[in-house]
Amino acid sequence: MSKANLLNRRQVVASLLADRGDAIAVGGLGASTYDIAAAGDHARNLYLWGAMGGAVMIGLGLALAQPKLPVVVITGDGEMLMGMGSLATVGLQKPKNLCIIVLDNESYGETGGQMSHTAAAADLVGVARACGIADSRALTTLAEIEAFAATLRDVSVGPRFANIKIDAANLERVLSNRDGMFIPDPPAWRARLPADLEFLPSGLVAPQQKP
Amino acid sequence: MHARADASANSVSSWPEDIFAILQRFDVRQVPYVPDAGHSQLIARVLGEPSMRGIALTTEEEGVALLLGAWAGGQRGVLLMQSSGVGNCINMLSLTQIFRFPFLALVTMRGEWGEFNPWQVPMGTSTQGVLELAGVRVLRASHPDEVREVMEAAAGQAYDACTPTAVLLSQRLIGTKVFVK
Repeated sequence: MSKANLLNRRQVVASLLADRGDAIAVGGLGASTYDIAAAGDHARNLYLWGAMGGAVMIGLGLALAQPKLPVVVITGDGEMLMGMGSLATVGLQKPKNLCIIVLDNESYGETGGQMSHTAAAADLVGVARACGIADSRALTTLAEIEAFAATLRDVSVGPRFANIKIDAANLERVLSNRDGMFIPDPPAWRARLPADLEFLPSGLVAPQQKP
Repeated sequence: MHARADASANSVSSWPEDIFAILQRFDVRQVPYVPDAGHSQLIARVLGEPSMRGIALTTEEEGVALLLGAWAGGQRGVLLMQSSGVGNCINMLSLTQIFRFPFLALVTMRGEWGEFNPWQVPMGTSTQGVLELAGVRVLRASHPDEVREVMEAAAGQAYDACTPTAVLLSQRLIGTKVFVK
């Protein structure tokens, strides 16, 4: 399945997140989550290993709640295709701090490499742009990716969408020691969310502080 | 073409105001919705309230995922939809069990009380069962004077106890939709 001229997904994600600063990263079901884990576990990683089609919407909820923090969704073409309507929802809300990146291997790698719609017909960059995400582009070289990564922390230019054609090789699974269920050393009342986001709605106290 | 006459859309009811007041008191900020006539008054109130963000969805499951993101960022949300939309949410509702975040949905019911459209009946009949099978606790309000109490209970258990909860707003409460020429 490998094609020599396509980018290595681990190298792509490592480049994207190398200088992430305070960015929150949401990883879509499957290999994208492994790629983010392989780039180094981080308190602001939110790993998904299910809820296919939901990654962009989780990113949107985060971006609207925390407009000063960069939110980066990194997902695959199959996951994006299942949640394609969420691009229209993002296009309507236009959060300036949300960036959506699709690692497009034109196949369903987790299930045996069956061809996806992007292999022959669907153009996700065109879809995103037509949904109102004006800054939608394809990134084709590592140099382009590094230039894009340098702007990842800019919370004034979104929403953005980038599609990156990657090699379809199936790589070793890299799992964080946590997914949605398991976060080391959590505050008990927020055990299943990004570990260092300690924001509470105003006027609230944590349950253990109640009488 | 049929013009639509709908009691909740043409006059001001008190129970949507009760719901709105409770959402404000619980500091709800993100309100994803797929429009429904029964929610029209509440949606209008949300869209006119600067502290809240009404978020139009293309399908209801988007709202489940959005509410997880909102909570991860420290905001509460509530999902507004019609009973037919519950079926669209099933797999995404797994997020409520994996993350145990405070999920609250307000579901306007169709297909259960003087329904004129047979296509509403299958999903309307299974709405409660589907939610319960997906791990969501279901409360119901059938009369205007009980909406406040039911909403208080639902918001309390969803937001304070992180118990995924849906409130079914009965078709009897909303008023049977009438289509006229």
